Amino acid sequence: MYELLTGPMLWLSFTIFFIGCIVRLVMYFKGLSWQMDRVAYKEHMSYGAKGAARSIFFWLIPFGTRSWRVNPFFTIVFFVFHVGLILTPIFLLSHNILLKERWGFSLWTMSETTADLLTIGVIVAALFMVLRRIALPEVRFLTDAYDYLVLLIATAPFITGFMAFHLVPDYNFWLILHIICGEIMLIAIPFTKLSHFVLFFASRAQLGMDYGIKRGGMKGRSFPW
Amino acid sequence: MPEGTLCNKLTVDTKEHLDSLLADKSGKVYYKEMNDLEVNQKALWGIIQKTFRSRFKTWLEICAHCGLCAESCFHYTANNGDPKQVPSYKIQSTLGEIVRRKGKVDNDFMQHCMDVAFAQCSCCTRCGIYCPFGIDMGIMFSYLRGLLFSQGFTPWEMKIGTGMHRIYHAQMDITTEDWVDTCEWMAEEYEEDWPGLKIPVDVESADIMYTVNAREPKHYPEDLAEAAILFHLAGENWTVPSEGWEETSLAMFAGDWAACKMQVETVYDAMERLKPKRMVVTECGHAYRATVLEGPYWAGRKSGQTPVESIHYVEWVAEALRTGKLKIDPSKKIKEPVTYQDSCNYVRNGGLGHFAREIMSYVAEDFREMTPTKEHNYCCGGGGGLNGIGRYREQRNIGMKVKRDQILDTGAKLVISPCHNCWDAIRDMEEIYHMGIRWTFLKPLLISMVEVPEHLKPEE
Repeated sequence: MYELLTGPMLWLSFTIFFIGCIVRLVMYFKGLSWQMDRVAYKEHMSYGAKGAARSIFFWLIPFGTRSWRVNPFFTIVFFVFHVGLILTPIFLLSHNILLKERWGFSLWTMSETTADLLTIGVIVAALFMVLRRIALPEVRFLTDAYDYLVLLIATAPFITGFMAFHLVPDYNFWLILHIICGEIMLIAIPFTKLSHFVLFFASRAQLGMDYGIKRGGMKGRSFPW
Repeated sequence: MPEGTLCNKLTVDTKEHLDSLLADKSGKVYYKEMNDLEVNQKALWGIIQKTFRSRFKTWLEICAHCGLCAESCFHYTANNGDPKQVPSYKIQSTLGEIVRRKGKVDNDFMQHCMDVAFAQCSCCTRCGIYCPFGIDMGIMFSYLRGLLFSQGFTPWEMKIGTGMHRIYHAQMDITTEDWVDTCEWMAEEYEEDWPGLKIPVDVESADIMYTVNAREPKHYPEDLAEAAILFHLAGENWTVPSEGWEETSLAMFAGDWAACKMQVETVYDAMERLKPKRMVVTECGHAYRATVLEGPYWAGRKSGQTPVESIHYVEWVAEALRTGKLKIDPSKKIKEPVTYQDSCNYVRNGGLGHFAREIMSYVAEDFREMTPTKEHNYCCGGGGGLNGIGRYREQRNIGMKVKRDQILDTGAKLVISPCHNCWDAIRDMEEIYHMGIRWTFLKPLLISMVEVPEHLKPEE
């Protein structure tokens, strides 16, 4: 089972994930139209590039935009969640040992304490996100089952991974479950709302180009996100 | 397919058609007929398939339902946090639903969409700058208005507005003759006080071609005279075109894209014909957005630019003050607290907020910013055509509470509002909420403050 999951299944998951993400990005940018979107993307590339870069950059910085600043609680929860979500799996020691074993190379690795803290951060942040969805009327009203499902898909590898690492007696059970959850997440990314993994950058870049080219970017001031 | 005689899918291209709509007071018959208007689902889906592209698709798909857009919307705040006013909900339950149902929606649903698209969204695009994904629901609502228009579901006043543009190339029934007469009349009327004052029509190769909002010649012709006086004092070599002088676009509010194109092309034709160095747009927000920002795209101009450089009135004023073409008499600067209403269309969507502040630094001693301000400022409450639609008067009046409180919080009793829509909204706000404020365009204010060079003063 372990061999199958970390062998062909892992290959398959990564292939679907990478190709899926690339297809989503290509389809997005191919679908842009200067006349329909009313943004002269090609004519003013330098203004567009600057607008896109700023639009992505400021939103990647905690409290970098007014929207982040006026929602400090959400901003902290949101960043703890996403930072852990991305850094932990890439720089986790055991993932890199596996990487070295299978593909002969590994990346820099973080300490196990750091990994634990980040993982707990992801799980606690996810919990807060659920509570927020329930507690705030304007968010509860928007929320549907799909929103909880994608949150579960994203968090499950962390919950199971944490269990595998800390609950030695059932190690194998949690490990197998962890790998399955991880692979489900990878496969789900291109096909669900989790596609914002790449489409966040695409969409932000587009609005950045819009503001950088048409909506004032050529009037001497950059947009104060 | 049932179609009313007034409410139908036809565009208004003849004077008879327009007159019959105008004769229907408050659109009583029009809205009654709308109840029987059949939706051409196939045509609706056809348009969506052609025009609904990756940007909108992605926006609707990846919305994480995080609710950060809620408080960005003045309708949400003004309606005490009604979840039905959350921008994400508003767009998902209208445009999102039409797309999910592949256009298979009925009359009731289309009327509901029309009500939401006009009464609950002024297309101010503020939500787009509070969404982490950059989902701009104002832009999507504008698109939705276009879909609705194609099926005949548009407010009565908007239908009339599009007809005006199609027939008169202006939002009001002003002919070329009326316009040129008004220019002559105003020049004569004010010449005694301002020797040498002219409103030059159709002068080729002028430095400035000045264009207006049809309401000015129709209802406030003195605005045109004031523009002339300021150009005169600044020593500008300027002109107005006899045709192609109208900047506004009710067609943009309505989503009649063909009429939008027709309208802006009249202005671009005037540019090609008169070859001015620059065009200056009057103190109007949506006019600038329509003709300068969006217009080039409607007209198929790949550069996204107008044929000649086009600037808003606030840019011209800031430049005139900076270069000393206009000089403010220091003793006449505004002493009392004064605030500035940022028009969404040329500030958030046009990046001209800093020009407004530059002007304030010359004219006001106690300038007070609203909170939030500039690009983050709220819509006046009457934008996107809402001021002009009787059917939604109540919703508009509720929405204006946000701007009312913003103004009151500054402590200023004078609001400078270089945008017709904002100006109207603030006027109505005072009428409804009795805040004890005054409001003004820049032109009369500047005329009361500028130093008049000796040789331009009237002989005693």
